[in-house]
Amino acid sequence: MSFLRFLYTCVRLMLRGGWAYWCWVLLLLALVAWGADAYLTQFKDGLILSNMRDEVSWGFYVGNFTFLVGVAAAAVLLVIPAYVYEWKPIKEVAILGELLAISAIVMCLLFVIVDMGRPDRFWHVIPFLGVLNFPRSLLAWDCLVLNAYLGLNVFIVVYLLYCTYVGKHYNKALAGPLILFSVPLAISIHTVTAFLYNGMPSRPFWNASILAPRFLCSAFCSGPAIMIIVFQILQRTTRLKIQNEAIWKVAELMAYAMFLNLFLLGAEVFKEYYSATQHLVHFQYLFSGFHGANSLVVYSWAAIACSVISFVLFLVPATRRNFVTLNLGCLLIYTGVYIEKGIGLVVPGFTPSILGEIYEYVPTLNEVRIGGAVFSIGFLVFTFLCKIAVPMMTGEFRTAGLAEPGSESAGDAHAGTPVVVT
Amino acid sequence: MSEPTTAPTPENNEHMLPEATTLAVLLILFFAIGILALASIMMGRPEAEGAAADAAVAHGPAEFESILGEDFTLGLDTASKERGHFAVPPPPFSKGIYPCSECHGDLEPDDTRRKLEDEHQEIKLEHGGEERWCLDCHDFKNRDKLRLANGTLIPFEESYRLCGQCHGDKYRDWRAGVHGKRTGYWNGAKRYLLCAHCHSPHSPKFKPLHPLPPPIKPQYIRK
Amino acid sequence: MSMTPDLPCSGSCAGGGVAPPPPGADADLPAGVSRREFVEASAKMLAAVALVSGCDTNVEEFLQKNFRELTPEELRQVVARLEKKYSEAAGKPVTVTTTPPLPNTLFGYGLDLSRCVGCRRCAYACARENNTSRSPQIQWIRVLELDKEKGVDLTHANAYYNPETVPQEDKFYMPVACHQCAKPPCVKVCPVKATWQEPDGIVVIDYNWCIGCRCCMAACPYGARRFNWGEPDLPAAEVNPHTHYLGNRPRMKGVVEKCTFCIQRVREGRYPACVEICPVGARKFGNLLDPESEIRVIMRQKRVFVLKEEIGTEPKFFYFYAT
Repeated sequence: MSFLRFLYTCVRLMLRGGWAYWCWVLLLLALVAWGADAYLTQFKDGLILSNMRDEVSWGFYVGNFTFLVGVAAAAVLLVIPAYVYEWKPIKEVAILGELLAISAIVMCLLFVIVDMGRPDRFWHVIPFLGVLNFPRSLLAWDCLVLNAYLGLNVFIVVYLLYCTYVGKHYNKALAGPLILFSVPLAISIHTVTAFLYNGMPSRPFWNASILAPRFLCSAFCSGPAIMIIVFQILQRTTRLKIQNEAIWKVAELMAYAMFLNLFLLGAEVFKEYYSATQHLVHFQYLFSGFHGANSLVVYSWAAIACSVISFVLFLVPATRRNFVTLNLGCLLIYTGVYIEKGIGLVVPGFTPSILGEIYEYVPTLNEVRIGGAVFSIGFLVFTFLCKIAVPMMTGEFRTAGLAEPGSESAGDAHAGTPVVVT
Repeated sequence: MSEPTTAPTPENNEHMLPEATTLAVLLILFFAIGILALASIMMGRPEAEGAAADAAVAHGPAEFESILGEDFTLGLDTASKERGHFAVPPPPFSKGIYPCSECHGDLEPDDTRRKLEDEHQEIKLEHGGEERWCLDCHDFKNRDKLRLANGTLIPFEESYRLCGQCHGDKYRDWRAGVHGKRTGYWNGAKRYLLCAHCHSPHSPKFKPLHPLPPPIKPQYIRK
Repeated sequence: MSMTPDLPCSGSCAGGGVAPPPPGADADLPAGVSRREFVEASAKMLAAVALVSGCDTNVEEFLQKNFRELTPEELRQVVARLEKKYSEAAGKPVTVTTTPPLPNTLFGYGLDLSRCVGCRRCAYACARENNTSRSPQIQWIRVLELDKEKGVDLTHANAYYNPETVPQEDKFYMPVACHQCAKPPCVKVCPVKATWQEPDGIVVIDYNWCIGCRCCMAACPYGARRFNWGEPDLPAAEVNPHTHYLGNRPRMKGVVEKCTFCIQRVREGRYPACVEICPVGARKFGNLLDPESEIRVIMRQKRVFVLKEEIGTEPKFFYFYAT
């Protein structure tokens, strides 16, 4: 009963907002509608409306999927220090990381669905209902771990918020192990996604054992980059206060992750260019163009430039603590990793094709519209989740009269424990 | 990074406000550049070569006599599906030329090597150079037969025996089904083509073909 | 030793010659009453979802199980439904057979690179035989033009050559289709077991089970798999009415397809269409378990190689040089 009231409160919290909030929501809804229209056409006519063809059979959708799995996995960057090292400033905002993870996984699953040729047969993938090729198929693994990760995060978030709502302290014996379990699970979702590519000897560009570590490193850059921006926006639009210390700590960890990312990329590039086997063609296509096909070259170099510049910005304490350069660094990291893991990973794997054909893939407007809709849904989910979570974390919802009756006194005693109250 | 920092106070917050503007500017710039980049990728696609370009059109099998005309269901004599049995289609005679005896029966045979001027001028012997001429294969007396080196007369349907005299390796491969075209049943009766079906005996080099058109290139596949 | 099995009559197989699902195909799937009930309940829900979502697939088709999980009775119903559907669309009787693999048979294919002239007759005959989409065009066989000077180097291959005559002096030609690998990477990666290897070595796809994720296309080292990017268009007049469930029956949009060695022909003892059309006799086909078959003679006597041997897929498609 009280849980129903909790859900009701959540809805009411979602619907509270000023004109800026509603403009933001309407903008996202408009984008969703625009993309939904594109998706309906694709559902009717098939993936021929994309620019994917037999030669490049994965593209924009799968690239975004890969990138977003990384973002989802990156929530652990906040969880590890928060719960393992009991590092307070980060612990206070770890729940935001989990909200981001939930939104990112939702986007991942949507990107998988829009990429399917037969979305109406989605039930074939559902364990016990369909026929899952488990454990042989990495995509089957991916389905399982992604959904497990989604379920776990949803449970943790709902549980923590519900506890806050009814004003009791969460059960450490229950939440603690679950939160700790989400750490290996987060690593595993990205590892499995890397293995999905990695396990294909037919595609030498992906068939490198360094791929999974690279995935994790770049994820530990891109996810927190989004978080840092989100922290600042929330700090200015809500009563949530996040200590700068937490942000700087995250930025420092990002610098290390970016160093590793660049190092692993360098190792891969060295191996390919120095040994210069037939497999080099894919790297050539990415970095210098191949037989006149060079539409990716400028983006791959831009990605490297973004990564290097942001690495420097985050490494130097002065620029890390200056919010202008910090934000610039975040956006550069985001750009760099998005290019590297999105189109820069998927397309060169297929170009030149196995039979030596060069088909330059670029997404169609239809694909971009659908992708935009998926991102908008993810942003909407995240916005709503924040809208619910932040007032609960700050205890603000009580003053608005939305609290569980009778929890007032108990709530005051514990409200400050999981969150910062200024 | 462990030095203690001052906790954010309202003053600090005031101080940070201009950074909110820079964040907004940065975000707007970021999205603007992103949209521009996406747009430029989508526009800059090198595909506007038009229908005149190579492999821009899809062709179907129904357009080609050689495909549509081929009868995949062969009227093979399935009564003899036994391994080792092979049927050959009739030899590829020029129209109305066989039986040879219709003309040659009344002619006095002449075994002097010469250039043919009255009949068969179209035959240009490009098989083995100067050493070869008509009566190496055709029988001097019975023109409806071919003649092996040992004097045995064979019908045109068994011409492979004649070819096999010189091309022993090909003959061996042909019998095993490795050389030449085989149709019918992989586990039963087969139809073998004679050497002469593919190689004109007088000019055996395989004649070039006009290829069927290339598949459509992926960039031209559109709804 | 007679290698001549009874050849099933093509027309009568639809009802009577139903293949039992191969034994041990899905031993790892839990089966039982509770599961069945669960499946049925969920299936009804899914059907409702399908109707609401307005997809034109009919409910029966929507709920159809994986080919290898169908009982013989269910399979009969499925085949009858498909035959009706295809016959109506084609305006002529179309048969859908489910001819099972022949005993003691493992199919192998040989392609003589010293003979192939690159005329592409095989690619078009294949399209005709196998009911591939005419628009958007799908061809299972891709003929590559390669430089004699460079040898088998696929990075310099050209599939779009179009000279007046072939063969060109300095080129050779290499047709590529599904290699029916003994260790098929495509089967390994499929998340829903929509593609598998049959006992006679043919890798097949259940077009009604494929979800269109295209993992198999990424995993295939021979670029042999094709995707129905749009609704396949096959003029009724061009439909080959003799089809096999796992082979050349008409496909739908959003699923993957590929060469099956003409499963509808070879399981009845006949040669694949590409073998029969090849004007130079470069294509050879036979039973790898029969030491006297053409393909075994070739492997014994000729210089044979498989493409991308180092990947370890163990193709049953052998390129060779007869001379």
